Amino acid sequence: MEDSRYILELKKISKSFPGVKALDNVSFAVKPGKVHALMGENGAGKSTLMKCAFGIYQPDNGEIFVNGKKVVFSGPANALENGIAMIHQELQPMRALTVMENVWVGRLPHHNTLGVQWVDWKQLYKQTKELLDDLEIPIDPKTKVQNLSTSHCQLIEIARSVSFNAKIIIMDEPTSSLTETETELLFKLIARLTQKGVSIIYISHKIDEILRISDDVTIMRDGQLVGDWPASELDMDTIVKRMVGREMSNRFPSKKHKPGEVKMEVSHLTSANPHSFKDISFTLHKGEILGIGGLVGAQRTELVETIFGLRKKASGEVTIDGQKVEINSPEDAIRHSMALLTEERRVSGIFPKISVLENVTVAKQTADHSSYTNGLFLNNKKRQKDAEQFVKTFEIKTPSLKAEIQNLSGGNQQKAVLARWMLLTPQILILDEPTRGIDVGAKYEIYSLMEQMAQEGKAVIMISSEMPELLGMSDRIAVMCEGHLSGILDGKDATDEKVMYLASTYQKSGVTTDAN
Amino acid sequence: MQTKKFNIKNILSNYALYFIMILMVIVIGSMSPKFFSWRVLRDILMQSSTRIIVALGCLFILISGSADLSGGRTVGLTAVIAGSLAQKADYYIKFWNLPELPPIVPIFAAVLVGLIVGLLNGFTVSKLKVPAFLATLGWMMVVYGTNLLLCNKPPNNSQPLGGFLKNFTNLGSGNIAGIPIIVFFALGMCIIVHVLLTKTTLGREIFSVGSNAEAARVSGINVFKIQMITFGLAGACYGLAGALEAARTGSANSSYGNGYEMDAIASCIVGGCSMTGGVGSVIGVFLGVIIFNVINYGLTFIGLSSYWQWVVKGLIIIIAVSIDMRKYSSNK
Repeated sequence: MEDSRYILELKKISKSFPGVKALDNVSFAVKPGKVHALMGENGAGKSTLMKCAFGIYQPDNGEIFVNGKKVVFSGPANALENGIAMIHQELQPMRALTVMENVWVGRLPHHNTLGVQWVDWKQLYKQTKELLDDLEIPIDPKTKVQNLSTSHCQLIEIARSVSFNAKIIIMDEPTSSLTETETELLFKLIARLTQKGVSIIYISHKIDEILRISDDVTIMRDGQLVGDWPASELDMDTIVKRMVGREMSNRFPSKKHKPGEVKMEVSHLTSANPHSFKDISFTLHKGEILGIGGLVGAQRTELVETIFGLRKKASGEVTIDGQKVEINSPEDAIRHSMALLTEERRVSGIFPKISVLENVTVAKQTADHSSYTNGLFLNNKKRQKDAEQFVKTFEIKTPSLKAEIQNLSGGNQQKAVLARWMLLTPQILILDEPTRGIDVGAKYEIYSLMEQMAQEGKAVIMISSEMPELLGMSDRIAVMCEGHLSGILDGKDATDEKVMYLASTYQKSGVTTDAN
Repeated sequence: MQTKKFNIKNILSNYALYFIMILMVIVIGSMSPKFFSWRVLRDILMQSSTRIIVALGCLFILISGSADLSGGRTVGLTAVIAGSLAQKADYYIKFWNLPELPPIVPIFAAVLVGLIVGLLNGFTVSKLKVPAFLATLGWMMVVYGTNLLLCNKPPNNSQPLGGFLKNFTNLGSGNIAGIPIIVFFALGMCIIVHVLLTKTTLGREIFSVGSNAEAARVSGINVFKIQMITFGLAGACYGLAGALEAARTGSANSSYGNGYEMDAIASCIVGGCSMTGGVGSVIGVFLGVIIFNVINYGLTFIGLSSYWQWVVKGLIIIIAVSIDMRKYSSNK
């Protein structure tokens, strides 16, 4: 029955949750030593399928085979024993401990003396060093994890799975918070792992990455299998078409907006934090989308959060419509018709246990009490009308307005937070990584929305670490490097190389600004 | 079939609190049928009244994502302050050398002092960034010390305060149409707090701050202001409870209110509040307090040692929270 060509085989898996059929008869098979991409829009059932493979969920129906043998996993630990490891989207390392302890926690080498198990630190160092050297990961085992970047934490996590002799490593959106260079580092490691016969199941929304590194591609939609193909037979348009189930001629809406006069001017802005950005000057025009590119650590988020009054500045000034403004808090910023969609949706975007209705209306309600109240008391009808309208126009998929927002998919949460800001009809919209972890269809919707805002004459700033998005959407691209503005490129003649060059170098001689 | 099973499970976990309470009343009532009487209900409501008001204060704090240990001692201090302003003119140990005052004065003074303690807590937490647990622990000690010093003032010299005016003690022990006045206070406060939390923008902002303070800040909510207001409102509740406690018992001393904060937190938690903020309701808190007082009263009523109440209370907290955790983990 089972096919021994495959190292992992999921057969006709179904899984239901109250009210939702998350997986419907899905089959999925992975060959040894291959990178197998799993794609689909948010809510397509990718994560649920992988959670079944990793023993977090028990499928309602269907069978799982590892190396041709039928298995039933009692939990993740059991899956790990069978050679399956999973690298989660959000890592939870023990930050105060060293790399080597993080890798071998629960299995620390030790010797017994006087009935006590003493940690064998030398052996621990040695075996960690061997492991990391073998994978060509340039990190000292004695480093404390809190001193490592996110990408390095991820490499350590992968090394940990290898230390369990994992034959299949599931990676859920591994590059969502990595810069291009860090992504390269990860790809190198993936190549190294497949040489050793390890299979990678790679979940991602980034089609260009998938086409580059994967051997096979499985596409899912609405809890069902769309199909499997060798990556060589696919191209970007086919993948998008199969994922969304409809034609999508363009990944970006066509540009119809025209930049107008100056809306905001930032001059010599310097952060109060000496390790953050220094001396940043740029202008933002009405009806313009200004992209901000750079590597992680370039202080882009710090810059926009300072403009929005969330962080303190040391010097410099901001003028809006030719008038100097003092913005010391988000309330000030909102009064000046600014809106900020923050980078970390879960940390500073959503109110998880609170309803969609309140999540959408909270900012307007705060900025303008009278809009939703009759005298002292809240007027639920007005709030409901506003929320309903945006749930409809933004196509936010939610069981009801009363549902807790934490139960929505990432893309729908993001749209709800965006709706929160749009209710205030902002003139300056700052979007920090607006499409991170969002499926292709929802991305396009957000792009269209940005285009629409620009057409209405609003000024948009977009921080993005995704090169195609940065190049495809921006009128101009400001590139930052280690807290400095290293250049502003005109969108028309910007290329990946030019952006990458500016992102990794900063010349003290001055800012190179392309003629406009 | 399957959906039906889920529904029963949901109902059980959503209304666990009500089931526990009904079960307890049935058990106690079957052992001693006299338990079902107006007098018993009235006693339980009366004993619960000040506790409910303290727990409502605590509710603000827990919804906003903080903690407050100062409640009990604030009740003690404000009870003494209210009592000291409610003494008869001819009482033999007069605390202050004042004429007889109308009962609004001691109540107002107690609420004001509670409000000040609350604002100090709020400032320490939201401006000085001291973790709420420690900030309120510190202020709790300061408040208790202040109360000891105050009570030791000559000619009182640490004796319990007494000799309150009838129109003041009436607020705690009098009746209107057979219903204790103090119960009106408690129910009135329940309605006010419920309306404030569910029907006003302030209430919704408190929920927002508790659910995700960072997101609230980004959305333009003044988190400092909201935290000051929640702590201030909580303090004011403690102050009102202190004044009513003095009126109810006709006395006051520095040990009043001892441990009320823990009971209040326990009642809130049993009533469905989350320790991580953003969740809570007045009806839950009301039932939480009543459950604890039913246990208290019921155990003595059926002739068990009142010491058992501690064992039962502890187990109830653990059961209530574990049911709650199941509810949230099944959502994932």
